[in-house]
Amino acid sequence: MSEIEIESRNLDLWYGSAQALKEITMAMPEKKVTAIIGPSGCGKSSFIRCINRMNDLVKDCHITGELLFEGTNIYGNNVDAVELRKKIGMVFQKPNPFPMSIYDNVAYGPRVHGLRNREELDRIVEESLKASALWNEVGDIPDRSAIDLSGGQQQRLCIARTLAVKPKVILFDEPCSALDPISTAKIEDLINTLKHDYTIVIVTHNMQQAARVSDYTAFFLLGELVEFGKTKQIFELPEKKSTEDYITGRFG
Amino acid sequence: MCTDHLRGGGDIENAETNRYISEDVDQRFILLDFARVPLTCKITVDVRMKTSERIIELLLFLSAATAVLIVALIIIFLLKEGLLVLVKVGIVDFCLGMKWNPIAIAGEPSYGIFPMIVASFYVAIGSLIIAVPLGLACAVFLAEIAPSWARSILKHAIELLVGIPSVILGFVGLVLLVPFIRDHFGGWGFSILAGSIILAIMALPRIISISDDAIRSVPREYKEASLALGATHWHTIRKVILPSARSGIVAAVILAMATSIGETMAVLMVVGNTPILPAPIYDILDPVRPMTSNILLEMSYATGDHASALFATGIVLFIVVAVLNVISHTALKSKMGTRR
Repeated sequence: MSEIEIESRNLDLWYGSAQALKEITMAMPEKKVTAIIGPSGCGKSSFIRCINRMNDLVKDCHITGELLFEGTNIYGNNVDAVELRKKIGMVFQKPNPFPMSIYDNVAYGPRVHGLRNREELDRIVEESLKASALWNEVGDIPDRSAIDLSGGQQQRLCIARTLAVKPKVILFDEPCSALDPISTAKIEDLINTLKHDYTIVIVTHNMQQAARVSDYTAFFLLGELVEFGKTKQIFELPEKKSTEDYITGRFG
Repeated sequence: MCTDHLRGGGDIENAETNRYISEDVDQRFILLDFARVPLTCKITVDVRMKTSERIIELLLFLSAATAVLIVALIIIFLLKEGLLVLVKVGIVDFCLGMKWNPIAIAGEPSYGIFPMIVASFYVAIGSLIIAVPLGLACAVFLAEIAPSWARSILKHAIELLVGIPSVILGFVGLVLLVPFIRDHFGGWGFSILAGSIILAIMALPRIISISDDAIRSVPREYKEASLALGATHWHTIRKVILPSARSGIVAAVILAMATSIGETMAVLMVVGNTPILPAPIYDILDPVRPMTSNILLEMSYATGDHASALFATGIVLFIVVAVLNVISHTALKSKMGTRR
C-alpha cells in the first residue's frame, strides 16, 4: 500500500437529527483510485462531499470524528475551506460548466487564485485541456460558449477546469451518471491516466465502472462502511454477505 | 390503427353519437381509449363535460380580452384627445419645445414639454443611481448571505415598504426631506434630489424582489462548481452568480425606471414643479416638473388646446413607459433563451 493521502476516523455525519454516516473509518492511498459504491441513499455522496467540505453549504449538517488530509484534520479549527478546496478538486454528477467561454471556464480557477498573466493562463488552459483529452476537440475554439458542448465534452471541460487549479486530490461524484456509454468510456480512460498524478476518489453506482477504474473499493450501506479493500478482492472474494449480494445484483 | 377505430366509431347506429364523434379530434382520441367498452354512455358524459368546459374557457377568454380591450380603449382615447395639439404644434416642436405657456395672456400659447421630458428622466435616473446599488446589495444579502430568520424579517419589511401609499411618502418628503435639503445643501429644497430620493425609496422593493428572484434562480451547480475550485463566496457572487443573474437584474432596473417615470403623487409633492430646465442643467437642487406632475397639476382647469396638450403629454409618457416595459421583458426573455 502506498502512502495514505486521506484518512477518515470514526466520521459521523448528521443532517439535523438524521444520521447519514456512521463511524466511517477508512484510508485512501496516494495516487490510487478509490471507488465508493453502494445503493442510493447509502451516504456515499455525503461522504465524498465531506472531503472538500462541500457539506459546509448544507444547513444543519453536523460532523464529528476526524477526516485527515496529509495528516491534518480537514475539520480542524485553523483549516480554511477555501484553501482546502484548491488542493482537493471536485467533478460533479451533472456537468456544470459556467455559462462562459471554454477558455474562461478553464481559466476561472487560476484567475480566482490571482493569476493575471495572459501567457501563463494560455499555457495552463492548453495543458489542462490536453490532460483532459479535450484539446483536440476544442483547442481551436476556446472562445465558444461551454454550454454549446456535448454533455461528455462538458464533463471533460469540468475535469480540465479542476486540473487547472493543480489539486492533489480529485473527487468524482458520479461523474458519468448523466453521460452516454462512449462519453463514459472516455472519462474512465481519463481517470486511468490521471491516477498517475492525482489521488482520486470516485463515487459511482455503476459497479462495472468501479471494477474497471479503481484500485480500492469501499462498499457503503445505510450510512455504514460495510467493507473496504482492494477492488479485486472486494469483487472476487468479498468478506461480507451483503457486499456479495450487492455486487451480484441481488439488491440495490 | 387510428383510422380503424374511427371507422369503428362510424358504425355506431346512434346518430347523435356520430355527430359528437365527428365533432373534433379530441373526441376521436376518447373513442380510441374506450374502443373496447360500450361507446355511447362514455361519450355522452364526456361531451357534457366538454360543454361546461367550453363555457369556462369562453369566460376566461373574455376576461383576458377585457384587459386587452381596456388598453386599446385607453390608447384610442389618448390619441383622440391628444392628437389635436400634436398635429397643430407638430410632434417635434411639442416634444422639443422649451416653453410651456398654455394660457398666454398676450400672444399665442406655447406647448413645449422638453423640460418635462428631461425632468422625468432626470428624477427617474437619479432614483436609480440611489436605488440600484442599495437594492442590489440588499438582494445579494437576502439571496446569498442572510440566515433564514433575517431573510424573513427583511422580506416582510420590504413588503411593508411596497404597501406605503405614495402620497404618504410624498408627505414625509415634503415635511422632512425638503427642509433637510434646504438647510443642508441650499436651494429651495423642492428639487430633483428630493424627487430622486423619494422615487428611490419607492423603487427599492421592486429592484430587491426581482433581483432576489433572479439571483436565487441561478443554478446551484454554478455556485458549487465555483466554490469547489477554491473561490471565496464573495468571488463566486461577483464572477458567477451576478453575471448569471444579469438579465433578471437588468429587467428589474428598467422596470423600476418605468414605474419611476410613471409615478405622480409623491414626486409632485417634492420636486417644485417649475416647467423649465434646471440651470445649470446639472444642478440637482433645482426644481423641475416631470410629465406626470404636469398632467395632474393642470388637468382640473384646462380646456381646449390646453387640455389636449395635457393628453399629448400623456401620450409621450405612455410611449416612454411602454418602450421601457418592452425592453425589460426582452431582457427577461433573453435569460430564458440562454439558460440550459
